[in-house]
Amino acid sequence: MRSFNFIGTWTLFQRESRRFLRVKMQTIVAPALTAILYLIVFRYAMGERSVPGLDVDYFSFLIPGLMMMAMLQNAFANTSSSMIVGKIMNVHVFLLMAPISAGEAVFAFLAAAVLRALVVGGVLLLVLLPFSDLSLAHVWMILFYGICGSLIMGSLGLIGGMWSKTFDDMAMVNNFIIMPLTFLSGVFYSVSQLPPFWQAINAWNPFFYLIDGFRHGFIGTGDSDPWQAIGAVGAMTLLSIMAAWYLWHIGWKLKE
Amino acid sequence: MNALEIHKLGKMYNNTKVALLDVSLEVPEGSFFALLGPNGAGKSTLINILADTVRPSSGSISLLGHELFLERAWCKRRMGVVPQEIAFDPFFSPREILRFSRGMYGQKNDDTWVDELLERLELTEHAHKITRQLSGGMRRRLLVAQALVHRPKVVILDEPTAGVDVELRKRLWDFMRELNAAGTTILLTTHYLEEAEELCDHVAIIDQGKVITSQSMQALLGDVASSSLYLRYAHTLQLSSQDRAALAGFYPRINQGQLCLTLNKLGETSNFDQAYQLARQCFGSPLTVTVGQEDLEDVFLRLTGEKKSEKQGGTTG
Ligand SMILES: Nc1ncnc2c1ncn2[C@@H]1O[C@H](COP(=O)(O)OP(=O)(O)OP(=O)(O)O)[C@@H](O)[C@H]1O
Ligand SMILES: [Mg+2]
Repeated sequence: MRSFNFIGTWTLFQRESRRFLRVKMQTIVAPALTAILYLIVFRYAMGERSVPGLDVDYFSFLIPGLMMMAMLQNAFANTSSSMIVGKIMNVHVFLLMAPISAGEAVFAFLAAAVLRALVVGGVLLLVLLPFSDLSLAHVWMILFYGICGSLIMGSLGLIGGMWSKTFDDMAMVNNFIIMPLTFLSGVFYSVSQLPPFWQAINAWNPFFYLIDGFRHGFIGTGDSDPWQAIGAVGAMTLLSIMAAWYLWHIGWKLKE
Repeated sequence: MNALEIHKLGKMYNNTKVALLDVSLEVPEGSFFALLGPNGAGKSTLINILADTVRPSSGSISLLGHELFLERAWCKRRMGVVPQEIAFDPFFSPREILRFSRGMYGQKNDDTWVDELLERLELTEHAHKITRQLSGGMRRRLLVAQALVHRPKVVILDEPTAGVDVELRKRLWDFMRELNAAGTTILLTTHYLEEAEELCDHVAIIDQGKVITSQSMQALLGDVASSSLYLRYAHTLQLSSQDRAALAGFYPRINQGQLCLTLNKLGETSNFDQAYQLARQCFGSPLTVTVGQEDLEDVFLRLTGEKKSEKQGGTTG
């Protein structure tokens, strides 16, 4: 057995995080601004209404959802854009050539994705907090869902990046899979407002559990059974990390 | 020990295109090894398999006595590869790229060595630019620096001097020679055959995925390169069947009005005298006599050319 390439993994992590820190405007400020825009729009569209089924005002309901959506999208963007840029600029060969195992590479990529998600989430929280009287009911839940969600999306980003041949492919994955799933997973409404048929469908949308659980951490109540959700999210996290690791390990769409 | 032992390496792309067919090669430790072949011969495929960017279809490779496919990480740490295709990370400057590169190989930052590399590859004044602002030749040199930054024992360069100007090319080779003198094994591909002849002590020629020859440069030029005797006469020459018989063994032919005779290989005892005397008996004293010797380029063209005609013969016959 070989030893863990600690410096290599650390270096790769630094590279992947520096990539997004270098373009802060695009990676941190822009998502914060988008969230504020959503908030303003919905604030005036919905007024002081509270969410049916849950005893919270719409604002406190919306903020965690917006945060989580931004975190998920940013975790996905970090790994997927790095992969696709790497493939198109042909720099992924340096990663393949280096003595970094699949486990080390996936670890470094995911760590950077989680870091970006946490930074974006943290900034959003600071920006949005003054507009509401949001509580932090269960911090462990916020962290659990925030981190698991970033890991899942980071893994999916890796897989999507490996699969894509062009920026166009990547945009397709993003626009036709990631965006609909995140938008329809209860960021803007409570799933209990949906007709039963769509509720049943939604039970299979992994993003629903992520957003619902994350919000549960703030407002102390949610649409799903917390233990069922934790199980589902935990399993999803493991599964997506393992899939990313396996595909990297065999060099899927990376090596001829 | 051999730096590299390649055993029956095969590669088929997409289950259809055979790029390498049972390639076996030995690269002695400490050698300066030229891997030559026409476009599409399979050189880059071989190098990319070593670099782990292409999967082999069959065969095995050992690097410094360790099985490459079993002990990838161990081998990778001792190997530096310059890929043929220019690639660069648009986000970072050359200095950052070199630091990252070294780190990925599990080594702590070493600014002295990074500075030296930048200096030797004439990149110092560009060290802080964004890579996008570098010219093609600078990017190529950056690739070379990147391959050397973890001080590999075996350096593999796929056309490192393509697009690099004459002056810098010379300096790059001087640097390679120094590394080689310090014990680094160097394997390179190039289409500049005079450079290969001057620099390398071993040479392998591959064509259409097969090894045509692999030996020391000296042996190749000695055993394979032939020399020719050219005799110019005042009168026009005509080869009668009698002359042909007399000069048989020297492949007599008239080339641009000169009598041209093929002599023994360099490694064999010279038959110059015999050829000259026979030519005199047939045609009298010549005006001028010259001896031409095949260089690596001639040998390369002859060997890869022969290969092609053989194949054509095979398909038509
Ligand atoms: N990704 C690929 N898919 C299919 N065929 C390929 C691929 N890469 C290379 N080939 C084919 O394999 C053969 C060997 O290519 P390779 O790049 O190894 O040649 P080379 O000796 O490096 O040539 P050059 O001197 O032009 O760089 C060629 O016939 C080429 O068309
Ligand atoms: Mg090539």
